[in-house]
Amino acid sequence: MSAQPVAPLRRSRPRPAWHVASVVETRPETPTAARLILDVPTWPGSDAGSHVDLRLTAPDGYQASRSYSIASSTPAGRVVLAIDELPDGEVSPFLVRELRPGDKLELHGPLGAFFVWRPGESRRPVQLIGGGSGVVPLYAMAAAHGAGDDPSPFRLLYSVRTPADVFFADELAALAGQAFGLDLVYTREAPDGWPDAAGRLTRETLAARTIPAEQRPSVYVCGSTGFVEAVASWLQDLGHSATDIHTERYGGL
Amino acid sequence: MSFATRGFSGRRRAPDDRLPPGQTLVQDWPVLSAGPTPHVDTADWEFTIRDETGDDHRWTWDELLALGAEDVTLDIHCVTHWSKLDMPWRGVSLDKLFENVESEHEFVMAHSYGGYTTNLPLEDLLDGKAWIATEAEGEPLDPEHGGPARLLVPHLYFWKSAKWIRGLTMMPSNDPGFWEQYGYHIYGDPWKEERYW
Repeated sequence: MSAQPVAPLRRSRPRPAWHVASVVETRPETPTAARLILDVPTWPGSDAGSHVDLRLTAPDGYQASRSYSIASSTPAGRVVLAIDELPDGEVSPFLVRELRPGDKLELHGPLGAFFVWRPGESRRPVQLIGGGSGVVPLYAMAAAHGAGDDPSPFRLLYSVRTPADVFFADELAALAGQAFGLDLVYTREAPDGWPDAAGRLTRETLAARTIPAEQRPSVYVCGSTGFVEAVASWLQDLGHSATDIHTERYGGL
Repeated sequence: MSFATRGFSGRRRAPDDRLPPGQTLVQDWPVLSAGPTPHVDTADWEFTIRDETGDDHRWTWDELLALGAEDVTLDIHCVTHWSKLDMPWRGVSLDKLFENVESEHEFVMAHSYGGYTTNLPLEDLLDGKAWIATEAEGEPLDPEHGGPARLLVPHLYFWKSAKWIRGLTMMPSNDPGFWEQYGYHIYGDPWKEERYW
């Protein structure tokens, strides 16, 4: 953990607490990921970009906890997560393959007050940069932006393997427009007729498809460690200040 | 309030009493940070302890290493639920760095290159409990993992082991550092699951 100026304490955010969640629906999000729609009556709401600790308990009392970004949530209502299955994982394969409507699990949250975007807090443009399932907290920010009247320009650069691997594909397409720019980079396989060949995100593409540093955007980067390290370093080369770059990584568990 | 989730059995390994509650053993070494990774050359690196008189105790990279690094094997616990056990580290004990520091203050703010901060009680840094670490697993610390040097305070959650350490400032009260202001626990004992407040 690292490297940002310290912001003033915010006491208005909901305190993290334990909540019981019931599964309302699970559906495939991508070939390797599932969307979990949870009913959480005690949920206080959460800032876009925050996360939860999800805890599973086995009949003998054994427990396993993992952190997941929140895709969307409403107070006293629904919490939506999108979980990518890690090969050889302990928790994600269960969540993606086994969970059914009516199942109950525990959530601790909302967590994280740094990698968040709050409507009305700043007029600065916002550049989101996501790799793979790292797009989930960024989708939450784009959706929060789309649901309100915050005038900040928003743009998402989303690096993804193939068209089938796009998380929240319909929702992102529906958000795209004048207030929200959506740029996709396909790393393995692009759709028919796509103007660019499939390939890894490069510094040149990053420079061409993001809000320039002169406009001082707040930048949020989420993906694997390799993705985040490369993108954050290119952003600084392109003139963005380290203090404008928020990073979050998935992986490890 | 815990209850069993239908169908979950988990894939536990043999129980290990060195694993704090809510933690899972990992073999790799995940990376977490709030912003871009600073790259600091050891030629430019400096470490400072500042006390309430404003006196700076300062070490260059070579001066730090000249104090004598030791090899230690220990367990680390990240608030994001992973732990690594029996991890070999090399670093300079903070007892050596504090040897000539006189201070009435009982708390310390750790400062990093890049601006990160974290707060600790002084007593948690002394008596062989903390190091300025320069190597892990037999290699110089990667910038991603806090190199060239990071604080190493293994008995607390690992966000207290500030990466890219630049200095320690003595302070009279336990003021919150970076993650502590964003809702993480002021102390962070993994055995009490002091993750958030």
